[in-house]
Amino acid sequence: MNYFDQSLSSVHEKLASKAISATDLVKQTLDNIKNVDSKINAFITVDEDGALKKAKQIDEKGIDSNNLLSGMPIAIKDNMVTKGLKTTAASKILENFKPIYDATAVKKLNDLGSINVGKTNMDEFAMGGSTENSAFQTTHNPWDETKVPGGSSGGSAAAVAAGEVLAALGSDTGGSIRQPASFNGVVGMKPTYGRVSRWGLIAFGSSLDQIGPITRNVFDNATVLNAIAGHDDHDLTSSDKVIPDFTSTLNKGVKGLKIGIPSEFMAQGLDDDVKQVVLDTAETFKKLGATVEEVSLPHTQYGVAAYYIISSSEASSNLQRFDGIRYGYRAKDAKSLEDVYVKSRSEGFGDEVKRRIMLGTFSLSAGFYDAYFKKAAQVRTLMINDFTKIFKDFDLILAPTAPTPAYGIGEDISDPMTMYMNDVLTLPVNLAGLPGMSIPAGFSKGLPVGVQLIGRPYDELTVYQAGSAFEQDTDFNKQTPKMGGNN
Amino acid sequence: MTEKISEDQVKHVAELAKLKINADQLPYFTTQLDQIIGLFETLSKVDTDGVEPTSSVTDQINVMREDIADNWNQRQALLDNAPDTQDGYIRVPVIIDESEDNN
Amino acid sequence: MNFETTIGLEVHVELKTHSKIFSPSPVEFGDQPNSNTNVIDWGYPGVLPTTNKGVVHDGIMAGLALHAQIQKHPHFDRKNYFYPDNPKAYQITQAETPIAHDGWVEIEVDDKKKKIGIAEMHIEEDAGKNSHATRYSYVDLNRQGTPLIEIVSKPDISSPDEAYAYLEQLRQVIQFTGISDVKMEEGSMRVDVNISVRPVGQKEFGTKTELKNLNSFNYVRKGLAFEEQRHQRVLMSGGKIAQETRRFDEVSGQTILMRTKEGSDDYRYFPEPDLPVLNISQNWIDSIKQELPEPPAKRRQRYVDELGITDYDAMVLTQTKEMSDFYDQMIKDGADPKLAANYLQGNVNEFLNDNQVELQDTKITPEHLATMIKLITDGTISSKMAKKVFKAITNGEEPKKFVEEKGMVQLSDPAKLQPIIDDVVAANPQSVEDFHNGKDRAIGFLVGQIMKQTHGKANPQVVNKLLKESMSK
Repeated sequence: MNYFDQSLSSVHEKLASKAISATDLVKQTLDNIKNVDSKINAFITVDEDGALKKAKQIDEKGIDSNNLLSGMPIAIKDNMVTKGLKTTAASKILENFKPIYDATAVKKLNDLGSINVGKTNMDEFAMGGSTENSAFQTTHNPWDETKVPGGSSGGSAAAVAAGEVLAALGSDTGGSIRQPASFNGVVGMKPTYGRVSRWGLIAFGSSLDQIGPITRNVFDNATVLNAIAGHDDHDLTSSDKVIPDFTSTLNKGVKGLKIGIPSEFMAQGLDDDVKQVVLDTAETFKKLGATVEEVSLPHTQYGVAAYYIISSSEASSNLQRFDGIRYGYRAKDAKSLEDVYVKSRSEGFGDEVKRRIMLGTFSLSAGFYDAYFKKAAQVRTLMINDFTKIFKDFDLILAPTAPTPAYGIGEDISDPMTMYMNDVLTLPVNLAGLPGMSIPAGFSKGLPVGVQLIGRPYDELTVYQAGSAFEQDTDFNKQTPKMGGNN
Repeated sequence: MTEKISEDQVKHVAELAKLKINADQLPYFTTQLDQIIGLFETLSKVDTDGVEPTSSVTDQINVMREDIADNWNQRQALLDNAPDTQDGYIRVPVIIDESEDNN
Repeated sequence: MNFETTIGLEVHVELKTHSKIFSPSPVEFGDQPNSNTNVIDWGYPGVLPTTNKGVVHDGIMAGLALHAQIQKHPHFDRKNYFYPDNPKAYQITQAETPIAHDGWVEIEVDDKKKKIGIAEMHIEEDAGKNSHATRYSYVDLNRQGTPLIEIVSKPDISSPDEAYAYLEQLRQVIQFTGISDVKMEEGSMRVDVNISVRPVGQKEFGTKTELKNLNSFNYVRKGLAFEEQRHQRVLMSGGKIAQETRRFDEVSGQTILMRTKEGSDDYRYFPEPDLPVLNISQNWIDSIKQELPEPPAKRRQRYVDELGITDYDAMVLTQTKEMSDFYDQMIKDGADPKLAANYLQGNVNEFLNDNQVELQDTKITPEHLATMIKLITDGTISSKMAKKVFKAITNGEEPKKFVEEKGMVQLSDPAKLQPIIDDVVAANPQSVEDFHNGKDRAIGFLVGQIMKQTHGKANPQVVNKLLKESMSK
């Protein structure tokens, strides 16, 4: 089965009415993945046996008619650990790593009866914005196979866009859910920091990382967030705030909402088509009864520096555990302990990961800490204050998700600076820990363009509310890629 | 070009991070890191006097676990995943510098 | 040239919590390697630490016991370094905001009292353990994550003897809080020291050397004494001390170079993003204050002032909280303070040493021992009989019952003793005469005869008194 034109509700109806069994649905899903993924390469691992086994269990137990995820095939980014199922973070250093526990978000979906069909491709350890930094394969954008799917959750976004699954989990440290969602014409939510447990998410930047859903529409997205959100005793940074029903405001419209557009986000470097899409989106919101005004986030220009210092510093520490001693890759010819460390790590990590580890190590090292790490952490405070100020008067921020639509495979990867600058629009949201969602809002030369809706901390509800209102008024999310003209 | 980081510094940082940068890659890495650190330095333009650094954006404060022991019985599964073990120990090539030992 | 010495001590104390500091794995030793470990202890991809409330509690308690200021909003930091027993390649510790700071303990050396400052105290995780063979090293992570308190002294210690006294005081104070066993031989107390020597009058400190492998307080003192002299010798001969880590060799009593420190280590500390900041309320601090037992120094003072025992006895009785509590309970149960002190230091200690046990692991109770002492003071049993009674106490027997069952009650009733004395006096006129002639030995002979008649049960004091009275008539 290809999931174009489908939604969680429509597929659930088939399952609940027994028009199709979970086993048959999984079989058709796997067949479609086999076909589609030969072009897209969205999956690192397809778990046929596990998915069929789970489907059989669900069929035996019966579909839970009150639960849209019961018997529903989904995909998981390969940096969330899955018990017994290979989890690589797209790195050679974890090439054959089989976790012995489940990430909390994965476990919650499992417990609700969803069926994990496989693990999606990504930039190694989520470091990158094109999924080209995977140690194993290049994922192609379903809208144009010569283009990147974005990243780092490129596999998850491409899998949803290509109709391989209806929902996939991604993770977002500096834009890794929203940017690929924009490049692939799907809906990607990065929830508030602390909304979803990070237990079992292979850490990149611990103070920035957040798991979130990638789906074809806003309702499905809110449904998956309902399933994975909540406090977790394993993650002390996860919030104990009450979890609302994220689908509860989807039909409320935007009348009376105040939306701000940060002028700094619309400045130079922004693709003209992308800019136009944002302006058009603003018009739509106005038409629907919201007010839209220009606002200012004055420290935006320092975001990239602050973000790369903080995320790389945290990463340099987080990735030290990959030392070839307790799990994962150990260099074959390691004769001394120093060999075990240096060879395993030098052979196991790709260049981009090494670059970030070195940037982080440098930023934390004696004599540089104050000028780099501490300074970045202070600038982070100023950026948070900028947002706080805006949110006193505005309910939402509207902004472009990425400066451009999807670019060509091989175009950017050679130059890390260009790559880093591409995150300028998404990473402030991570630094401030806010909820941000990219929704399909237009096209540029046949490629989808997303816009970002940013809310107050823990106010995913308003983000979803506005996203849904826009979605109901437009048909961008109903368009599907032609998949190389073969579809 | 003003140098923000030298090849020697790159080598030192790589050593701290237990990475080996081959001699032929060193200039390439150094140039890239130098550029990026140049970008980092733009932060010096921001007045941060008296600004508290933010190291986390969690809304949680003072959350702790009660002191109750719980053995998850993962010993065998953990040992099975290790590249080299013997008699229930993780095995590594002999440690020569034992100065970090704290028996 | 005259020199002055500055010594710094970093003491690591292992806490006796049920679970580890950042994982619920049990804190237990002696089990199979890696049996008390889980994915957190192994630093698995995706795991996160959780702070053990018991450890924070104990950290506050130690801080209060050492008269330190408690940090109201402490956080944790990461200390980054690679080592096989350090699974994440960072240790979660406290660098910026130690749980407590600016405390002190009072020591006494050569009858002079001195306060030694404590700069700061951190709560942190212990590493696992490496063991080494020829080709391989072996890693056991059972100890990984065991909670530690690190106690860092101010540069107030100026001699190896002071260092020894400081450690002894520190050990006692911590031991009395009950948060740790503080036993160096078992590794629940570990000591790293650094020492520097400078000519008197020089402002800046001399170059420090660090000492490792100090497995007892005595070795600390010996190692420091050796280093102190070595520094002085080098400086006298115009040489320079190198910044290095040295190992104390127990056999030769010397220190041996382990490694030279090129500059300082770069641990790249930064705030631990996985753990929220703590918020320690005054209420919590106050309630922990209430839990704090009376400290050893106060008890010593009380023993001397109120119970009239010697300074030395008071010091011995306050070596451990268990001993001191035991003593206090005996006094409450009515035992004579001096006799109680004597018995604890004599028979009880001997018993503990002979059997290599701790007081709390024996069947001896304060109630029983106090009862025995009361039987002695009221003349029911003799101190000779007490030996047998003590033995029974070590087997958990109630002394009064034991004494009655064995018919060991001492004969102290004059009405019963007088006829026997009269008989003995009548039967030994020569001895009576000798006594009157001033021969003291005679009385001993007569007492012996009375003891013989009573099968040793006669109370010697009463017999002596009655005998003298009889012969003076």
